[in-house]
Amino acid sequence: MASADSDTQPTEAIPHAVKIIVAGGFGAGKTTLVSSVSEIAPLSTEELMTEASYGVDDLGGIEDKTTTTVALDFGRITISDDIVLYLFGTPGQDRFWFMWEELAEGALGSVILADTRRLDTCFHAVDFFERRNLPFVVAVNRFEGATAYSEEEVREALDVSASVPVVMADARERMSSKEVLVELVSHVLRSRQAALSG
Amino acid sequence: MTAPRGRGTGTPWDGGRGHPGTAVEGGHAPVVGDSTAGPLVRPYTMTKGRTRPGTDGGRLDLITLVVTVADREDRAREPEHEAILRLCRKPVSVAEVSARLDVPLTVVRVLLSDLLVEGDLRTRAAAPVTKLPEKKVLQAVLDGIRRL
Ligand SMILES: Nc1nc2c(ncn2[C@@H]2O[C@H](COP(=O)(O)OP(=O)(O)OP(=O)(O)O)[C@@H](O)[C@H]2O)c(=O)[nH]1
Ligand SMILES: [Mg+2]
Repeated sequence: MASADSDTQPTEAIPHAVKIIVAGGFGAGKTTLVSSVSEIAPLSTEELMTEASYGVDDLGGIEDKTTTTVALDFGRITISDDIVLYLFGTPGQDRFWFMWEELAEGALGSVILADTRRLDTCFHAVDFFERRNLPFVVAVNRFEGATAYSEEEVREALDVSASVPVVMADARERMSSKEVLVELVSHVLRSRQAALSG
Repeated sequence: MTAPRGRGTGTPWDGGRGHPGTAVEGGHAPVVGDSTAGPLVRPYTMTKGRTRPGTDGGRLDLITLVVTVADREDRAREPEHEAILRLCRKPVSVAEVSARLDVPLTVVRVLLSDLLVEGDLRTRAAAPVTKLPEKKVLQAVLDGIRRL
């Protein structure tokens, strides 16, 4: 018989879901990384929102609204009968930054894809995750024709802490993407350990 | 081309709104309006005037898994509700319901909430307040990824 107290209801059949965020600038390879490791073809979901223009004065309030959509793509990896991992790419457009809040909520950590042709496009992702104390790794995607920066050069340019892993990757290669995720989750475990003993 | 020399201190998101954004290449749609455009907020009207899911709405995160209750009441339901119940015979995440049924998240949350209230769907018990995945979950995730 169903009980009103949800704590006592059996929920064994429903796995635990966790998520990893794949961030980076426009065209950095986010969708490619998600596809290369996902067990399903990446799915896309849309969030509707209203774009509000605010008046200059306090009494102005919301004056105008335009509905717009933001697409999120994601993939899935079934870890066990008990655990399912979702990988969410961040929206390519900066103006959807507020979607990042929702994405980051409860996330295990983040992969920041750094495109060496335009490293600056991932600066705000680094800032965002640093500020929220969400563990992240930097995966350097090497595109054809891009300067081959060393790990140290990228680390210096991004000004990330020495504990943050910076790894070379090719998001198109499943094994390479897998290694990036292994780096991230290992880093999350280390960070957790450090936080507990610190 | 040289590597940028660091991120600097001012970040685009300090102000929380109206940030200048990063110059991006590529054919993105321009920001509606101009630099005075405000933040983006959720719509107020959707699904028969409701945008707020019912009482269970707070539990519907992107990755909340929902599953159809096997011995649910036999009664007439809206086609959208029926479609969700068919899709969720096995646990499915909120994001996946939205993607597979091609219904925006905002709307899917309202529909899922209806079904939760009716007892047609159930979710995993709410996560503890800490929200951080436990160590044994992380270890299992790491092992699982290594097996890929
Ligand atoms: N050489 C190289 N090309 C890559 C790599 N990763 C992605 N690409 C290519 O870069 C292009 C953009 O990749 P996407 O995965 O669509 O990038 P994205 O970050 O999802 O882009 P937006 O969602 O539009 O911001 C595609 O043509 C990919 O094939 C990589 O590691 N190396
Ligand atoms: Mg993409």
